[in-house]
Formats: sequence, structure tokens, C-alpha cells
Amino acid sequence: MAQDVSGLTQRSWGETLRRDKWWVTPLVVFLILSSFITYATWAAFQNAHFEFANYLSPFYSPMLWGDSHHSWFGGKPGWWPGFLPFSPALLILPFPAGFRMTCYYYRGAYYKAFWADPPACSVGEPRKSYLGERYFPLVLQNIHRYFFYFALIFLVFLTHDAYLGFWFDDDGDGSFSNFGIGVGTIVLCINIVLLGSYTLGCHSLRHLIGGAWNTLSNAPIRSKCYTCVSRFNHGHMRWAWLSLFWVAFSDIYIRLCSMGIWHDFRIF
Amino acid sequence: MANVTFKIWRGDKQAGDFQEYQTDVSEGMVVLDAVHRIQADHANDLACRWNCKAGKCGSCSAEVNGTPKLMCMTRLSDLDLNEAITIEPMRAFPLIKDLVTDVSHNYRVKQKIKPFQPRKPDNEDGSWNMQQQDVERVQEFRKCIECFLCQDVCHVLRDHHKHEDFIGPRFFVYTAALEMHPLDEADRLEDLKETQGVGYCNITKCCTKVCPENITITDNAIIPLKERVVDEYYDPIKKIVKTLFSIGKPKNKS
Repeated sequence: MAQDVSGLTQRSWGETLRRDKWWVTPLVVFLILSSFITYATWAAFQNAHFEFANYLSPFYSPMLWGDSHHSWFGGKPGWWPGFLPFSPALLILPFPAGFRMTCYYYRGAYYKAFWADPPACSVGEPRKSYLGERYFPLVLQNIHRYFFYFALIFLVFLTHDAYLGFWFDDDGDGSFSNFGIGVGTIVLCINIVLLGSYTLGCHSLRHLIGGAWNTLSNAPIRSKCYTCVSRFNHGHMRWAWLSLFWVAFSDIYIRLCSMGIWHDFRIF
Repeated sequence: MANVTFKIWRGDKQAGDFQEYQTDVSEGMVVLDAVHRIQADHANDLACRWNCKAGKCGSCSAEVNGTPKLMCMTRLSDLDLNEAITIEPMRAFPLIKDLVTDVSHNYRVKQKIKPFQPRKPDNEDGSWNMQQQDVERVQEFRKCIECFLCQDVCHVLRDHHKHEDFIGPRFFVYTAALEMHPLDEADRLEDLKETQGVGYCNITKCCTKVCPENITITDNAIIPLKERVVDEYYDPIKKIVKTLFSIGKPKNKS
């Protein structure tokens, strides 16, 4: 592949002949992702206002340990290091965070927005050296499929949370046996739809479910699954942003209801 | 009829600069028409590669206002004619003269890729049986006209000049067309990882954006190839399962 590239030059950072506002998209991505990371980190360390009646914030689900009736194994575990502030969210958030961090769509987006690698298509970069995803640390992006497996499990738990959102404690006896629908129920259901659409459009799933095979005509179920995942995958960027926004909104909704700032309107 | 200013790159490997030309343009003209008019009226020695004028030969690739495009498919009515339109050669390949670059690197890369290696014929007459459904996926890749705009916009080649270590989007599409073909039995995964540099791609999707044939290069070719490389080199659990249950390579399953 010998090629004399001695005559080729690298443009300086931001240098381009493009006329459009190429910097808008990476700037918006930078602002949205920074805001989300900041809010999610703050919310995770709060260990308060993560539930309201039958609603549980998706940042805290599944609640393995914690002071809540949603908790699986009781309160703060004895083995938790004393110097570290305890929050149930800290136990689980690394998994969805890892899923998004290693997502093929987000990778392309945040390489541009946070690392200017490149800032935008045909726009000059700040660095001369380049390792890509071939070497450490970015070669670790290849574990995306493992985070996907966890994301799938989380989807089941969040679906269960949305189901619990239909059962209210009207009797006040802590039984949560009265069926109803509140705005929070709808918020949690939309959260599941958006997260599900994002997760089920994952490029790794698309590969694992059918893309790895060159012949699908002899496996009709696999073929249908592949087609279905491909459809979700086609809108992966859209689902990625919508689900990111909504998962934060779900937490904000439950937090503000819990703080008494918002009132959860009961539809029936 | 409007008089429009064009800034066209003039020069060779040693030196060059943008030169301004003014020419009349009319409705329906594309950038290549304007270049031809400038060639005829102002700069007879302006070097420009072109052939079909229909977006099918991939010859007239250049950068129009900083974006890789086919000149014959870029309508002037889509550009802001109040400002000078810049036209420069592709930046990922060595310049020969003016708008013409040396793209021979691409042909050498292609020769290094393992060719189509079909399985034994299914029938006595030497033919194979295939379902349309199974070849549909690779048919998208066959639309490629080898304009090399995707190679040009890819920052791995354009800015980092990894021509020795990275084959580029065009040849990932080519490899995908072979690797995903239902009859093919060659294994290209080691080459993809070791010598063809699929790991250098950081999924900017710029190649997909500039493709004049609208091939979904990143999502349908590069990422699936990356996933196949993950299967083979970065997924220990799958490796163990494959070893334990002697599951053959999925690509060869029929």
C-alpha cells in the first residue's frame, strides 16, 4: 500500500472552507452531554427524593440496597466503605453509563464534541497523532456488547418499575394494590418505550441477532428479528437522544414530586 | 444569467494557490459546467478529471466550499452564489495538477484484499443456489462508483495520512461486500484487524454523509465488520462458548 503522502498537509484546528455552521452540532452535543453527566452525577450522589409513592427514579432502579420499599436487600450494606458516601444509584449507574459511553452512535458524537477528533467532517483537528480505537484505552470500546447485556437486564427492571407505577397506595396501608394512572405512570411508560427503542436498536444486538450470519433465509425467526432490530437501528441516533432526555426528565419529575414542588396529577 | 465568482485551486505538488475566475451561470448548471466554462473562456490549461456528467463514473470528485462532492452532481442553485465558490482537489490524495489528484493508492489497496472465494458449487452444472434475501445486504455495497469522496473526507487519511495502515471507508465497503456474501468462504478478519486498520475508524460517519450513492457505509459496512472482529478477537465469552460447543463461524453457516 505504499503511497507517497509527503505532499499532503494537515489543516490546523478548526481550519476549513466549509461555509455552513459546522460547529453547531458538536457544540450542542457537548452542552447536552455535559449537562446530562453533571445532573446524573449530582442526582446519583443525592440519595434522596428518588421515589414518590409508587414511582422510582430510573437512576435508582433496580434498587439493590437502600432505604425504600423498592429495595431488594434492605438498607445500606455493611460492606460499603465508610469513607464513600452511600447512594443506591452508585451501584447501578456504571452499567447504563457504560452502555452509552461505548455506544457506536455516542462514540462518533463525543469524539467530535469533546475531543475534536475531528471537530466536524472536513474540519482541521488540533492533534497530529492519532491512535483511533486500535490501541488502549479506546480499544476497550469493543466491550460494548457486554454493556448491552446489562442494558437488556435493566430494561426488564425498568419495565417492572413502570408496571408498579400503575399500582397506588390509596388505602395508605403500604400495599400498593389500587390500580390507577397518574402522570408519573405515563412518564415511566414513555421512559420504557424510549429506552427500549434505543436498546433494541443497538449495533451489537443487530450483529448478534443476525448480522453475524451471511445466510438468513433458512432461519425465518432470526431473519425477522434482524429486520426488526435493523429498523430500530436506523433511528438509533434519534432514540439515543430521546431516551437520554426522557430518563433525566423522569428523574426530575419524581424528584420534584417528592420535594412537593410538582403535584402528580392522577388521571384515574 | 448571473455572473458568479469561483476560486479554483491552481498548482501542482510543489506550489499552488486559489485563483479567481468570473463566469456567467444559468439555471440548471452544475459546478462541473461552470468549471468547463472557465476552462473554455479563461483557463485552457485548467486540469480537471471528468467523464460521465451523470454521477456514475466517480471521476469529478473535488471539494466544493470545503465539502467533498461530485462536481457533476452539485447544482449551483444549491450554493450561495453571492459569495465566491471555492473548488479544490481532494485533500487525502497527492496532487497532480489543479483539481486532479493521484488516486492510484486506492487501486493498490484493492489488490491487497482477499478476493471472492466461493464455496463449492451447489449443482452439477457448477452453479449455486442463493436466495434474494441473502444477497440483498451486499447489493447496497455494489452501488459504489469509486469516487473516493469517502476516502477523502475520512480524517484518518485526510488529516493523519494513515495510508499505510488504514484501507479507508471505500475498502471497508468492498470488504463487507465480500465478507457478507452468502457464497464467500474467505476469512478477512485478521487482515481487517492487523493490516487494514478497522480499529482506526472512530465512527464519525463523515463517509456516509458524503456518499453520492447514499450507501450507509458506517452502519451497514464498517460497524458490522468491527463487530465481526470483536467476535474473533475481543469477546472471550463468545470464544469459550464457541470452543465448548464447537460452533462454527456464523458467516459460514448456511
